[in-house]
Amino acid sequence: MSMPSEALPLPKRSSAASVSPPDVTAATTEPAWIKWSLIGVALTFLTLFLFIPLAIVFIEAFKKGWGVYLAAITDPDALSAIKLTLIAAGISVPMNLVFGIAAAWCIAKFEFRGKNLLLTLIDLPFSVSPVISGLIFVLVFGLQGWFGEWLRDHDLKVIFAVPGIVLATVFITFPFVARELIPLMQAQGTEQEEAARVLGANGWQLFRRITLPNVKWALLYGVILCNARAMGEFGAVSVVSGHIRGQTNTMPLHIEILYNEYQFAASFAVASLLAGLALVTLVLKYVVEQRVKAQKRAVEGQEET
Amino acid sequence: MIFTRTLLKRHSVLPGFDLALGFTLLYLCFIVLIPLSAAFLKTATMTWPAFWEAVSSPRVLASYRLTFGASLGAALINSFFGLIVCWVLVRYDFPGKRVVDALVDLPFALPTAVAGIALTALYAQNGWIGQFLPFKVSFTPVGVFVALTFIGLPFVVRTLQPVLEDLQKEVEEAAATLGASRWQTFTMVIFPVLTPALMTGFALAFARALGEYGSVIFIAGNMPMISEITPLLIITKLEQYDYNGATAIAVVMLVAAFIMLLTVNGLQAWTRAKQGR
Repeated sequence: MSMPSEALPLPKRSSAASVSPPDVTAATTEPAWIKWSLIGVALTFLTLFLFIPLAIVFIEAFKKGWGVYLAAITDPDALSAIKLTLIAAGISVPMNLVFGIAAAWCIAKFEFRGKNLLLTLIDLPFSVSPVISGLIFVLVFGLQGWFGEWLRDHDLKVIFAVPGIVLATVFITFPFVARELIPLMQAQGTEQEEAARVLGANGWQLFRRITLPNVKWALLYGVILCNARAMGEFGAVSVVSGHIRGQTNTMPLHIEILYNEYQFAASFAVASLLAGLALVTLVLKYVVEQRVKAQKRAVEGQEET
Repeated sequence: MIFTRTLLKRHSVLPGFDLALGFTLLYLCFIVLIPLSAAFLKTATMTWPAFWEAVSSPRVLASYRLTFGASLGAALINSFFGLIVCWVLVRYDFPGKRVVDALVDLPFALPTAVAGIALTALYAQNGWIGQFLPFKVSFTPVGVFVALTFIGLPFVVRTLQPVLEDLQKEVEEAAATLGASRWQTFTMVIFPVLTPALMTGFALAFARALGEYGSVIFIAGNMPMISEITPLLIITKLEQYDYNGATAIAVVMLVAAFIMLLTVNGLQAWTRAKQGR
């Protein structure tokens, strides 16, 4: 059954398809007309629900020409929205990066009680509606909330101000890095780190020289996803922001305001920036995914030999 | 040696467990658990009749019907077409396949507000797609369904894909040898293996749709009793300074979300068991 792949210098798991002779047998494939109609159905569905919506963002953005486009994205309100979005992502991504590494380290490298519960709790923000994610911070820091009076007495603002926007963004993007790291680090096991430990490496050397190189692509992938979500978050930020133009407006909120004011070209112009970011994210994701797949194959190959 | 093990954790030579776990738990509490508990503690201060009235007034009930109904419809459509898309991506080759494969994740990466205005423009009565349709989509409950279909699209495809890729070709060959037609092989051999993953994808898409806000509010028209989704109603109550009312509805949606989370966890365990992992 199995090929003598152990004899090869580079252990590389070959899939069944490349080992067996080309399977052109009619018994395990569909007739051409079924194949092409299925492809047709799939592409029609994707065109209606994915490709055209993406295309129309750029078409509407440039409908009135470059002048209107540039004016829309260099408008002072738009620039301050871009700045606030960068600030929110710039704070929340590093925070969740540190958390993701810490969580992945204790979950993937150690055995302890309550691990499954911890994993489920880390996933919680994924299943909470963005609107509710905003609401809970209003309940804690709003004027009627737990710390409302204290914050008012000390002249601090969280809700309808930048800290609230950052907090909501941190909550929304909480699991991204951890979820990417944990499965990969669990698959990689602890042998390499243990060997380094025996050879006298301290904790920091261990992490920097063994663990980090092993997970760098998954880490980058998690950061990319986290960033995309942080910059595009709408519902949660909408609840806590108060929509103060030029002060607490992020890019998605600015899009909404322009759209409601019937400035469609300007609205789509700002939207096209975020759509561009989404496309860059998808390209990076594709590249990183290839690397992670190659790495996972390498890990599995090591386990087999 | 057994006595040196702590109750909590098995012995390991690796450092940093206390620090990493301590930080993880602290961060989890401050960012997620304590704020979330605020919603439950807030409703605990309400009397039962007040809570019940807040979560079961006719306008709220209408929003549940729309939110759950449209989410269910969108998840079903996504399960059907997601299976076809996944099959086509795993089994067939066609020009541009890699681009299509990468773009399936677009709803994950595209901000919901951008998706919302794009879909509204497309499905409006004078829009590219809307002008060909005999019925109104934008500013009706159908619009809610369209937006939820968009945002739930990747879940079924991405959950099914690894399972379909792992499927052994030998099993299908065996079925064919035993005289099964291609359709019989699909319905009796392949589909049962895919079922747990398909249900997981369905549950994920449904759960995501329940809480969705950004893409829906642009296209829905947001008419009370007709096209108003529950998350929007929470915001409306909040803007009227009805914090109790908003939180009560939020707790109902949170409980629904937690049930979905447990369902998904169960389905994922089933998927793994079915694949013999």
